[in-house]
Amino acid sequence: MAVRRLAPPELQPKEFSFTPENLDWAKAQIAKYPEGRQRSAIIPILWRAQKQAGGWLPQKAIEHVAALLGVANIRALEVATFYTMFNLEPVGEFHVQMCGTTPCLLRGGGALLKLCHERIGEPMHVTADGKLSWVEVECLGACVNAPVAQINDDYYEDLSPETFTKILDDLSAGKEVKPGPQIDRQLSAPVGGATTLKSVKA
Amino acid sequence: MLEDKDRIFKNLYGLHDWGLKGARARGAWDGTKGILDKGRDWIINEMKASGLRGRGGAGFPTGLKWSFMPKQSDGRPHYLVVNADESEPGTCKDREIMRHDPHLLIEGCMIASFAMGASHCYIYVRGEFIRERERLQAAVDQAYEARLIGKDNVNGYPFDLVVHHGAGAYICGEETALLESLEGKKGQPRLKPPFPANMGLYGCPTTVNNVESIAVVPDILRRGAAWFASIGRPNNTGTKLFCLSGHVERPCNVEEAMGIPLRELLEKHAGGVRGGWDNLLAVIPGGSSMPLIPAHQCDQLLMDFDGLRELKSALGTAAVIVMDKSTDIVAAMARISYFYKHESCGQCTPCREGMGWMWRVLLRMAEGRAHKREIDMLWEVTTQIEGHTICAFGDGAAWPVQGLLRHFRPEIERRIDAYTANPHPEPVRVAAE
Repeated sequence: MAVRRLAPPELQPKEFSFTPENLDWAKAQIAKYPEGRQRSAIIPILWRAQKQAGGWLPQKAIEHVAALLGVANIRALEVATFYTMFNLEPVGEFHVQMCGTTPCLLRGGGALLKLCHERIGEPMHVTADGKLSWVEVECLGACVNAPVAQINDDYYEDLSPETFTKILDDLSAGKEVKPGPQIDRQLSAPVGGATTLKSVKA
Repeated sequence: MLEDKDRIFKNLYGLHDWGLKGARARGAWDGTKGILDKGRDWIINEMKASGLRGRGGAGFPTGLKWSFMPKQSDGRPHYLVVNADESEPGTCKDREIMRHDPHLLIEGCMIASFAMGASHCYIYVRGEFIRERERLQAAVDQAYEARLIGKDNVNGYPFDLVVHHGAGAYICGEETALLESLEGKKGQPRLKPPFPANMGLYGCPTTVNNVESIAVVPDILRRGAAWFASIGRPNNTGTKLFCLSGHVERPCNVEEAMGIPLRELLEKHAGGVRGGWDNLLAVIPGGSSMPLIPAHQCDQLLMDFDGLRELKSALGTAAVIVMDKSTDIVAAMARISYFYKHESCGQCTPCREGMGWMWRVLLRMAEGRAHKREIDMLWEVTTQIEGHTICAFGDGAAWPVQGLLRHFRPEIERRIDAYTANPHPEPVRVAAE
């Protein structure tokens, strides 16, 4: 359990509505669920609203989604506050979710959390250039590639303080970065090559 | 050692084409119609005969679970829901299936749905797996386009598949919380009974299965239950994806036979424990909910359901977290307690209040800033959480603490002694000359 509240009123935009493309997309999502069960689409649609709003969910966006689905505002609010991937306050252009659970800590995740503190600041603090913010999250589910961070939609794996610093630098400078393992490694195979499946050709 | 020909996930490392063409070359979607033509009862009996036990943690026999679904519909539709909300710390196997062998999962969904009279299936992917979800959706689109699934498909059974996602809640891996979330609500588990097989998604008969359990189904049915049952030990059959993380030389995912000795598993595939086998302190054998096992019990340990149950632990998701002697074991387990504190849904008081309490006590114990009687008190609190909550989350959070107390009590006592011997960490000031 964590206390999660909406951002203070001075940060809240006055209004929110979906772009025509996103509205069409949302309607297509609703159509995937049985008649009368349109509420099922709430998480995907809130997620799209968060994308459109620049990485966080303003109150007006939550209310807009509630109206779209025909449910009471509180139903959308409770979903938005329950699920931790919905950011309730503004985040940087690149929002870092740094895994701090035991498997990552065993592989050196602690140094990366410290680095986030030094490089970016307090969790959910946005840097002055608006580029970076970070938060410690629970297990991201890529433990054999620990330590792991998720930045926006991508996973960055097998991090070290050096490679992670470079990723943050490159992102801030607007350069391309390569997601996935940051060491010489084929995804979740052991370093130095797989011990199995060598006879599989296709 | 398991041979490559007996491995099901042939593209585990993503070296080959994940798409329909590549999947077909590796054997997916081969003779699916023939399997369906043999009928529901044949499929369920084969699954029972294969001995497959659910791969999501609890190890419930999959064929038996399927047989709980009503044979005849009473007018309500049946649903299959696939649990791809993989969030158990240490576990990262379903991710590989979704991004590298998605067609095995889709084909498995179709066969399993047919066996349970379901014509709709939902796959609930954890929110963080954005790329994996996109990949899975692309594979589903391919299957629709090739008319392998859909209202009117070449396999002759109308079947629709929807990829759904969450937004970062571990509790949604619990099956009834997952159904709540899929209905668009907070992910808070439901009281059982009624069980999902009678009242599940939208109040209709529903079965929830793990990704790996479903993705192995087509291969089992193609190659025969006897093949799958011949791997491993009785009651612990088949192959399994193991996730080897923590203090090993080369962490990796690997598919191996059930019942492989832990030491062989680690040394053959992960380069062994960092600093050698003698440097091992403990392992968490099946994801963070399972009690840890100290090094001296690891020598002869067989990695399957029964082998681990004998040691009062469990196979769980077969995610092995290795900890060597450099590990601060109390702090490591305190962090796991923090995980459960953070992820508790807040519905039941023992869990909501107890998780934070256990975490704070463990934090103090990691420094030695505690009384020895609090060790017994902590144990008692774990027993008051375990079994007193709606879902198994309370148990899963209590067990790792119990494992720590069972095996590392002397370490906690040592720290308390060290702290009480010197309660002031700052050095005593020297008087000015």
